[in-house]
Amino acid sequence: MRKNLDIDVHHLTRVEGHGNIVVNMKEGVLEKAQLEIVEPPRYFEAMLKGRNFHEVAIITSRICGICSLGHQMTSLKATEAALGLKISQQTEILRKILVNGSTFQSNVLHALFLAAPDFLNVGSVFPLINTHKDVVLAALRLKRLANEIGEIVSGRAVHPISCVPGGFTKLPTTDELKILQDRLIKEARPDAQFAIDVMGSLTHTIPQFERETEYISVYSDNDYALYDGQICSSDSGCFPVEKYLDITNEFIVPHSSSKHARFNRSSYMVGALARFNNSSKLLHPSAKKVADMLGLKAPSFNPYMITVAQMIEVVHCIEDTVELIEKLLKTGLRDEKPDQEPTRYGRGIATTEVPRGILFHDYTYNKQNMIMAANCIIPTGQNLANIDDDMKKLVPEIIEKPKPDIVKNLEMLVRAYDPCISCSVHMLDVTFNE
Amino acid sequence: MSKPKVAFFDFTSCEGCQLNKLNFENELLGLLDLIEIVEFREAMDDKADHYDIAFVEGSISTPSCVERIHDIRRRSDILVALGSCAVSGGINAMKNLHPTEWVRETVYGDDKYLFPSIPVQPIRAVVKVDYEVRGCPMSTPEYLHIFKSLVLGRKPEIIDYAVCVECKLKENECMLERGMFCLGPVTRAGCDAVCPLNGQYCTGCRGPVSNINEKGAVDMLKRHGLSTREAVKRMKMFCAYEFEKMSETS
Repeated sequence: MRKNLDIDVHHLTRVEGHGNIVVNMKEGVLEKAQLEIVEPPRYFEAMLKGRNFHEVAIITSRICGICSLGHQMTSLKATEAALGLKISQQTEILRKILVNGSTFQSNVLHALFLAAPDFLNVGSVFPLINTHKDVVLAALRLKRLANEIGEIVSGRAVHPISCVPGGFTKLPTTDELKILQDRLIKEARPDAQFAIDVMGSLTHTIPQFERETEYISVYSDNDYALYDGQICSSDSGCFPVEKYLDITNEFIVPHSSSKHARFNRSSYMVGALARFNNSSKLLHPSAKKVADMLGLKAPSFNPYMITVAQMIEVVHCIEDTVELIEKLLKTGLRDEKPDQEPTRYGRGIATTEVPRGILFHDYTYNKQNMIMAANCIIPTGQNLANIDDDMKKLVPEIIEKPKPDIVKNLEMLVRAYDPCISCSVHMLDVTFNE
Repeated sequence: MSKPKVAFFDFTSCEGCQLNKLNFENELLGLLDLIEIVEFREAMDDKADHYDIAFVEGSISTPSCVERIHDIRRRSDILVALGSCAVSGGINAMKNLHPTEWVRETVYGDDKYLFPSIPVQPIRAVVKVDYEVRGCPMSTPEYLHIFKSLVLGRKPEIIDYAVCVECKLKENECMLERGMFCLGPVTRAGCDAVCPLNGQYCTGCRGPVSNINEKGAVDMLKRHGLSTREAVKRMKMFCAYEFEKMSETS
């Protein structure tokens, strides 16, 4: 039996941001199994200090390019809560479409471009252009259409432009929405189905590993909650968003420039699998069918299945967007101006599901509508302790495998979480002392 | 002729510019035919020793960033900075407006020594940069223009006039006339005035044009009842580093 193991994956590839996997086993004792976060900290609090309310989402969007839409949504909701700004039902529907588009885009990027090469034993998506051209083309079409949802509704897929506190500065036209809906039905549906069929033929390559943990996500009785809802823990039920600090309990560890989090156990999971475990009964029927076909049942304790849950959500987001557009077309688009007249000031807290999990923004504004205090808690940071716990259980289970296989299994594990490391080291969590 | 060897790197940033280059899905396979990607950590496992063209995103903000960028420069024939963070320090440089120690302490408390940090700098403050693609996120058409020019061995054209020029061509209603505080008159174009096109004021993410008409800009702000102090505060959102340097030299 292997007694000693020394793994150091410097700057793990095919993830967003910089992380290292470090595992040490000596004389049969696992001394270290952790994901080191070495991304340079960014110190967003210094950027927000004294900024006016309409500038805040522009800045917090830059925490992460991949999750820029989710950061904007959460930021806008927190600002609106703090300043008493009202949004219309039309704005809410448009925002839900945007959140769907962003989840759709990010999940496709991760599942089909970053994780898929592992299932096919290649180092990137580029060799697949020759060997699996049909799938790559379908994946590219899906990603393009997902980005177009953002471009049509918010002006730009990365760092959206027209969503502002209180509403939108520009609305899509009815024609644009109709064409988008039509393309979702005629193009995205078959492309997604094709990608899922291919994934279905590869699920046997997904490692069989289970570790039950606590699953935390946004939850609502009304829909598969992405845009808004309460905080839900699989261990202890639902909490209002104002209680978020009692759930996240952040703490600093020396091996990570991103803070860790824990609630009822030593760690908890957020993201697509946590959402699936907590809300699968609220998925669109088509997405439920895909879950059956891919063999994913709630609750699933295998973190490698996050990638599968992401593809199930792709189908949900496509179908939900088709329905939301239908709603807008039925009532017709009203030419509304954003409500930008604050009626109060103080603290506002908001939560949204971004692709990698539950996100919190918490702001305090002064009378002049300027930011005085800010705190953001990011999904990847919340997952880090859970990843370390997974590695501690996984390493002894696969210790007899050749070292390259162990490394691959560990890399795939971290990649499955689709970590967004830039986000996790945003470092925005202080009160300004003034 | 062999295909140019191209690599992509990221420093302190949101990686939105990296993502943007994967976002012209329709052209992506065509572009891949023209080059050989030898290193791109966000998308692939491979590593290489030499690059004909290196595209670099993000700012320099830690001691290890400085080491890494020198190493990349040594291996690269042409180095292109992508996006505001790389070109001008971008939004990260707002950190420089506060004392470094205060910033570190408020975030990490007593554990601040675990995570070293230095004032944010653009790439060109540390190594020679051959070309720059501005914008937050970088402008996709401009990136494609530079990319194609370099692959063809031509010198790309770099725009140096104000956003207002592009905005007028788009026939947008003037944001200042609409009562918004717009930085279009002093900001470098190349974005196709995408923010005004979507009903939003220009945030100055591409940095100032090289020859700002200062008097004209101040007069225009006055005419619309807007203060120059607020204008400077707004320009420091994306260009804090450039403004610091400008005030040091003037």
